[in-house]
Amino acid sequence: MNFQDIIFYIFSAILIVSALGVITVRNPVYSALLLVLAFVTCAGLWLLLEAEFLAITLVLVYVGAVMVLFLFVVMMLDINLDQLREGFWKWFPFGAVVALIMVGEMTMVLMGKYFGLEEMPTPSAQDADYSNTRALGRLIYTEYAYAFELAAVLLLVAMVAAIALTLRHREDKRSTNSSKQVQVKKEDRLRIVAMPSEKKE
Amino acid sequence: MEYIQQQFIQMFGAEWGAMLFSLATNMTFIFAIVVPLLLGVAYLTFAERKIIAYMQIRVGPNRVTFFGIPWLRGWGQPIADAVKAIMKEIVIPTGANKFLFILAPILTIMPALAAWAVIPFSPELVLANINAGLLYILAMTSMGIYGIIIAGWASNSKYAFLGAMRSAAQVVSYELAMGFALVCVLMMSQSLNLGDIVNGQQGDSFLNWYLIPLFPMFLVYLISGVAETNRAPFDVAEGESEIVAGFHVDYSGMAFTVFFLAEYANMILVAALTSIMFLGGWLPPVDIAPFTLIPGFIWLLLKIAFILFFFLWFRATFPRYRYDQIMRLGWKVFIPITLIWIVLLGLIMQLPESVREFPPLNIWF
Repeated sequence: MNFQDIIFYIFSAILIVSALGVITVRNPVYSALLLVLAFVTCAGLWLLLEAEFLAITLVLVYVGAVMVLFLFVVMMLDINLDQLREGFWKWFPFGAVVALIMVGEMTMVLMGKYFGLEEMPTPSAQDADYSNTRALGRLIYTEYAYAFELAAVLLLVAMVAAIALTLRHREDKRSTNSSKQVQVKKEDRLRIVAMPSEKKE
Repeated sequence: MEYIQQQFIQMFGAEWGAMLFSLATNMTFIFAIVVPLLLGVAYLTFAERKIIAYMQIRVGPNRVTFFGIPWLRGWGQPIADAVKAIMKEIVIPTGANKFLFILAPILTIMPALAAWAVIPFSPELVLANINAGLLYILAMTSMGIYGIIIAGWASNSKYAFLGAMRSAAQVVSYELAMGFALVCVLMMSQSLNLGDIVNGQQGDSFLNWYLIPLFPMFLVYLISGVAETNRAPFDVAEGESEIVAGFHVDYSGMAFTVFFLAEYANMILVAALTSIMFLGGWLPPVDIAPFTLIPGFIWLLLKIAFILFFFLWFRATFPRYRYDQIMRLGWKVFIPITLIWIVLLGLIMQLPESVREFPPLNIWF
């Protein structure tokens, strides 16, 4: 057991505990924060595999952006725990079936011929000047350019759809026009009136 | 150095000795970065009070001194402030979530310090010379927002929560513009490594710095940096005249001071990044004798101090922005400018070789 193994086991333990915590903790804010912890430890595990670009992107995208929005929403909602727990046993059989199907699918993938130490040997260590980012970029923009563009279009469509679904045109909306405000001159607003001074009686 | 390494290997064996030795050297480096950084934070508060005081024709702090030395009057002020903050009681509100309440200031200062791991101080002097340095910086700075949100929520007070929402929305909006501005830098340097980015600005003079070809991006980055650190004129989170102090309204004593330390540490970080990305890092402004004799480390410090002066100057000069105007500036002005500049830069980089040889394009591309 060397230094790297110890770090791997520590990270894995934290990852498993925090991932379990996400679904068992009662407070939804806690479970969102535990999910953040799970992402960060997962990034640490990827760093051990020398996938530094993916690891940092995981932190940047999921921890830095997605989970912030999650936390925003979870904190703003007034969640009633008792109401959420209602009907747990009613839906339990349905959930159990879904869970069983997922377990079956995962076993089929993981136990099949595509995984295992023979098919996926430990990646050999690269030189210090080997750039993960450069290699990934070269692959994405040459070999997988089509799939990459498709994914980009899909994301764009999702974004446009999200905006289109939530956009409401209101007739009584009032908003300021900043460029107009900036262009206002003194003459537009101020009128100087010459008045004869009044005499004191 | 090698003697100590030998000692470690003798004591703990070949593998463990080497590991523990690198751990020990890294810890030493970390202390060598963090201790001066925290001292810099302390004296930045002093510099802020003094500089703004002189700009407003006042004197500023001029009492506390070391050992009664008269010409050091005022220089003991940050130390005295720190001692005062440590002595004060940390009041935890009854309804607050104790664990998260304590965790929030720690989460705020952690990324501000962790981001320094990849900052190069001179060609050799860098703690972690990693390939994805720029991405690491972006990831770390984007984590700072958790402290703000958690502080606002854990206080269990609607004022703190509203303040947290205001700051968080502001930080998220300006992070985008900041990231896009940095995309331009990495297009120019063709590397994510901060050392390579500085080396890409090497040349005869400051004309080679990315400041000149990316001047609009420099402005966007600097202004977004001010907004990102919640500094004036974008300090709506603690707009004294409109709302209570913002997300840290329920904090007191050292817990409050840690938020303050994080704000100033973030200012120094943004100043350091601006100097590295746009002002040539450790490079001297002109590559001739009297300038090249000064070590690169000093040049970097001078550039950081120059940018920090801007931060203080802004605070003394500009009135506070209105919240909707902050959002408009971030989303409707900065992001379109950065997107246009990225496309423009890409087009210039795709020009044929013969066109790019004409000055001034030959300096940069």
